[in-house]
Amino acid sequence: MTVTLPPYDEVVARYEPVIGLETHVELGTKTKMFCGCPIDFGGQPNTRICPVCLGLPGSLPVANKAAIEATIRIGLALNCTIATWSRFARKNYFYPDMPKNYQISQYDEPLCVDGWLDVEVEGEIVRIGIERVHLEEDTGKTQHVGGATGRIHGATESLVDYNRAGIPLVEIVTKPVPGTGALAPIVARAYVTELRDVIRSLGVSDVRMEQGSLRCDVNTSLSLPGEPWGTRTETKNVNSLRSVERAVRSEILRQAAVLDAGGKIKQETRHLHEETGDTRPGRSKETATDYRYFPEPDLVPLAPDPAWVASLKEALPELPRVHRKRLQTDWGLSDLDMRSVVNAGAVELIEETIAAGASPRAPASGGWASWPAAPTRPASSWSRWVPRPRRWPSCSAWSTRASSTTSWPAPYWRA
Amino acid sequence: MPVGVKDIVATRGVPTTAGSRILEGWRPPYDATVVERMRAAGLVMLGKTNLDEFAMGSSTEYSAYGPTYNPWDLTRIPGGSGGGSAAALAAYEAPLTVGTDTGGSIRQPGAVTGTVGAKPTYGGTSRYGLVAFSSSLDTPGPCARTVEDAALLHAVLAGHDPRDSTSIPQPVPDVVGAARLGATGDLTGVRLGLVREFGAEGAEPGVMAAFRDGLDALTKLGAEVVEVSCPHFQYALPAYYLIAPSECSSNLARFDGVRYGLRVGDDGQKAIEEVMSLTREAGFGPEVKRRVIIGTYALSSGYYDAYYGQAQKVRTLITRDFTAAFEQVDVLVSPTTPFVAFPLGSRTSDPYQMYLADLYTIPTNLYGGPAISVPCGLSEGLPVGFQIMAPTLADDRMYRVAAALESAVGTLTPGELS
Amino acid sequence: MAAISREEVAHLARLSRLAVSEEEIDVFAGQLDVILQAVARVGEVVAEDIPPTSHSVPLTNVLRDDVEVPCLTPEEALAGAPDVEEGRFRVPRILEEEA
Repeated sequence: MTVTLPPYDEVVARYEPVIGLETHVELGTKTKMFCGCPIDFGGQPNTRICPVCLGLPGSLPVANKAAIEATIRIGLALNCTIATWSRFARKNYFYPDMPKNYQISQYDEPLCVDGWLDVEVEGEIVRIGIERVHLEEDTGKTQHVGGATGRIHGATESLVDYNRAGIPLVEIVTKPVPGTGALAPIVARAYVTELRDVIRSLGVSDVRMEQGSLRCDVNTSLSLPGEPWGTRTETKNVNSLRSVERAVRSEILRQAAVLDAGGKIKQETRHLHEETGDTRPGRSKETATDYRYFPEPDLVPLAPDPAWVASLKEALPELPRVHRKRLQTDWGLSDLDMRSVVNAGAVELIEETIAAGASPRAPASGGWASWPAAPTRPASSWSRWVPRPRRWPSCSAWSTRASSTTSWPAPYWRA
Repeated sequence: MPVGVKDIVATRGVPTTAGSRILEGWRPPYDATVVERMRAAGLVMLGKTNLDEFAMGSSTEYSAYGPTYNPWDLTRIPGGSGGGSAAALAAYEAPLTVGTDTGGSIRQPGAVTGTVGAKPTYGGTSRYGLVAFSSSLDTPGPCARTVEDAALLHAVLAGHDPRDSTSIPQPVPDVVGAARLGATGDLTGVRLGLVREFGAEGAEPGVMAAFRDGLDALTKLGAEVVEVSCPHFQYALPAYYLIAPSECSSNLARFDGVRYGLRVGDDGQKAIEEVMSLTREAGFGPEVKRRVIIGTYALSSGYYDAYYGQAQKVRTLITRDFTAAFEQVDVLVSPTTPFVAFPLGSRTSDPYQMYLADLYTIPTNLYGGPAISVPCGLSEGLPVGFQIMAPTLADDRMYRVAAALESAVGTLTPGELS
Repeated sequence: MAAISREEVAHLARLSRLAVSEEEIDVFAGQLDVILQAVARVGEVVAEDIPPTSHSVPLTNVLRDDVEVPCLTPEEALAGAPDVEEGRFRVPRILEEEA
């Protein structure tokens, strides 16, 4: 199927994108959400399960205090109101990786609501509204066997490992974010980056997208200026920062092409294909899903003590943006230089270096001259200095996108 | 001391079927808390007792493993869902058994077999290891031939369990002491509440006559009878038959042929979705399917507020009725069930007629308080049960009154065995 | 008027993953109609301002400490499974994607 996509800058000049993000974070508690099985990666399948997380008949969940606390701390760091009354609910649907065929989640009474996270994009602060932060349990992992690609399509059977089932999962849902125009993909990426850094600073998760401990669903819609918001699509399980950006951009282009041709956007779930960078629809179900949420009768309500919440708030660490501001002052860097350091993922490394004995005033006073990369060099050269290629956003993948060469806004990591 | 255990309670290494084909042969790798407690107390498990599939029923006819017969008349039902536990006592096959009560499944079988069955306060006994039917209602409890035996078993079963989030972290009331006090036959100053609205609900005349006799016996022991009004009790049965099926539709979703139990239709061609549907179709009996479908309906978006949501509000009103009544009286009393043991097969074709067996037992489950059924006489040669309902956490109160009644009318034994 | 139609029963059975037969649908539709008409009586109660009760026990904040307890052995975990392959639960191919 070949569809000619219109140029990006032309599209965002005509259409107003609205984005929204749902991020799942696996908490790094010692044990699972509702049982005492340890949380770990790897190892033999089905070795970290018990009657509770395997959903054996008669077993009952008991909520992990550390997970509740971590969720409240995330909510506080995101400027949310912490509920004084909150409940778990059952989300009912059949799927082999769900031991009980319902997921213990939260529905209309989440732990944290109505917050925000400030994100810096090209020197400007964009405030992303947070709709809710809630807690649920992760599912098991399914391996599809017999197909050519290891995907669900074409497989002849599947093998299920429930080691992951029951790991506490925090879901952070933004409010719809309108008004970012051409920057929408970059805002989405910057938000997930900032969210990741905030959660990492809290020490509640290792937030590693490549391991799936941070996963993202990206909602995108387009509308004409002055018109009501358009139908949104949800791109599921986006698994890298770069992909977050690509998913939004790709959906903007695809939706514009559909709308330009007089078509309608279907509300659906889509998947980002890493090789091509475009999104494709998921396999739709024969009937619309009705999750039949109801309050989880096996668990009692949560009523966090306001004094406890206040003490958790008091004890929050310095959050990344504040922390960076302080470092920038300490190091005497310009906004532009600091942004380059941040974008290169070099903040921690420099901090560690300083902690190891270098003078914090060194960058400003030129004392860094003896280092491979001095702060007096052009910001772009930080890239060569930073020994972390894994985190370095590769630009090469974009070069294959003929349609994007002219319209793609200058990547912010390139000065 | 040997004890029979309703086959919906998980017993490590011992098949636990919940009366369903879908769990045939399943051996739990763990013990229910109540089983652990009994082992720790030195009780020996005699065997597992029959029940309606997943405890859904009032006659034990819905067991996938065949019906249980009433020792008083083998053509009649032993009550349900815990018909096996009650019949084993009445037939002197076991001195003690464990049951579970969601809408009357301990008390109604106790009533129709002339034995004693007690539903403790919800949260007073742990649900950990009970194959869940309706989580907000299920309560394990003791079944015995005498009130004191029931109290002794109650004391073993009850107590806080950190593995059940709804378990009450409070000391168990002295039920044994209360039963012994009641057995002295003095109820001076005890106020019994008669629910006015139950009077309108038409129990069989013979049942009402035996109940009146029981009431007279208690008055002779010094108790005072007060009529109280519980205007929302008439909505208890409808509310129950929305709440219990809703929770069951979710609780029973896990039986899908993936992790344990039956799997049907896996021919290498069919997809999991179809295999799950064929498994559940083959593994569940008609009553379970009916309730799963009703529950799925009641929880559906668009119907939730009118059905499940409204039923939960009615639950609040019923709780308020109980609270108000217990400001006037110490316990409420009623027949346990509107009719004596009915003939096998007489109510299976009309499910709603079966539901009526729980008319008097259900309000307590919605409220969460304790209730006990104790024999009070015979009607047409068949046992009639007398129900005593107490405020939550006042389990001792019902044992005192029950023991007093037992001291006046005695225990019952089926003719052929006496 | 019937509270529930034959089609609704069939739909609910699908939603509940029950491969009911046509005859069963016929029987259930009649029975469920009686039951639903009866339980719909809860609607007679005026309860707008009444809070719902989902638990009879007024407990809150029942939490456990983040402490490990022993898991099942893989043998115990897999013992009841209808089909096992390489230490995993084997299931037939899956048609639908995860919700």
